[in-house]
Amino acid sequence: MSLGIAGRNALRTGTILFMFALVGTALLAYTHDRTEPTILRGQQAEKLALLRQVLPATLYDNDLLASQQSIPPNDLLGTRQASSLWVAQHSGAFSGVVLEAVAPDGYSGDIFLLIGIDASGTITGVRVTAHRETPGLGDYIERAKSAWVDQFVGKSLLKPAPKHWKVAKDGGAFDARAGATITPRAVVKAVKSALDYFAQHRATFAAAVEETPP
Amino acid sequence: MITLTEFRNLFHNGLIKQNTGLVQLLGLCPLLAISNNVINALSLGLATTLVMAASSGAVSGVRHFVPNEIRIPVFVLIIAALVTVIDLAMNAFVHPLYLVLGIFIPLITTNCIVLARADAFAAKNHPLHSVIDALAMGLGLTLVLLVLGAIREIVGKGTLFSGIDLVFGEAAKSWVLHVLPNYQGFLLAVLPPGAFIALGLLIAANNWQKTRAEQRTRAAALVHA
Repeated sequence: MSLGIAGRNALRTGTILFMFALVGTALLAYTHDRTEPTILRGQQAEKLALLRQVLPATLYDNDLLASQQSIPPNDLLGTRQASSLWVAQHSGAFSGVVLEAVAPDGYSGDIFLLIGIDASGTITGVRVTAHRETPGLGDYIERAKSAWVDQFVGKSLLKPAPKHWKVAKDGGAFDARAGATITPRAVVKAVKSALDYFAQHRATFAAAVEETPP
Repeated sequence: MITLTEFRNLFHNGLIKQNTGLVQLLGLCPLLAISNNVINALSLGLATTLVMAASSGAVSGVRHFVPNEIRIPVFVLIIAALVTVIDLAMNAFVHPLYLVLGIFIPLITTNCIVLARADAFAAKNHPLHSVIDALAMGLGLTLVLLVLGAIREIVGKGTLFSGIDLVFGEAAKSWVLHVLPNYQGFLLAVLPPGAFIALGLLIAANNWQKTRAEQRTRAAALVHA
């Protein structure tokens, strides 16, 4: 088959481009292969560290990461997609849960929360994992920026009373900084309804733990 | 090899004469997005410098094998592959730093200054020269980012080096400088418009300084003539 000069040139150019693509792909495949186990281990450790921030390590003796369950979207959790929860147990008894929840009514979009609740329904920790609130104004809900989220620790559905589950400006028990009330209002509401979710499902969690041997 | 004059010229070019942030105005997207504090700015600047040096070296090394008509796709391929390798390696081996820089690193692929240097310089020059040119260009960009970050952080939050603990660990928290104590903050400087305004002022200052230097040389030439 005769290609002519132009045809041969095109074939040569195409082959060179193909060779570069081949070398690039090989390089990427090799790097991916070598780094994947380390990256996965890092991600697991990071996730566990985050869970530990909302649920003290003294509360459970099971492999918390392995206890992960996927639950369908739920109105009380504010989730519109499947979310995760982790069930903690201590000496074979149900000892707490870590929930993923969403505050859908932040100042600019969803605020993603991780909430730890012990078996008695008391909050052990709250962390904001992702949000798009105004930097310098509404971002004090991040633990890295201020200790604001720590005021949820020790609270439960009855403490403070349901009518005080609001920010101080609305007559509730939770502080909020002047100038950015919408953000904390959304977080307080989301934490309260996550507690409602827990109250509804507590029996199920406890029963599931007792059925499965540790 | 490289002579001292060539070396000095390359650095002068990268840091001042052809500075990417102030003169060429290339790669402004990450520049404007990241420069809201000194630590972010410095981190992205150094990461970009590293990627530029690696990609310019690689591009220059294969320049004799790349036909002219497919040079852009090949260069993009090299840059994207290198950035991904660096991204994966950092994620695996320097995880804390990756958490800070993570989102910026894939962004570097889209930074046109990397491709611009590969095509305009590395494709025509010796690998050593290309790497030095890339380092100089990257440092020039880092310098602008640093100044921009410092201006925005001081005006916006009254601090310097906030977030340094993300790079150096908890112990570094005390290194944060509170330049203006009890400062209320000026939100505009931290938000994107602040970046445009501050960069505009920097470019204006640079141009003003350049014009004055030119006038002075012209005046000196007149006196001599």
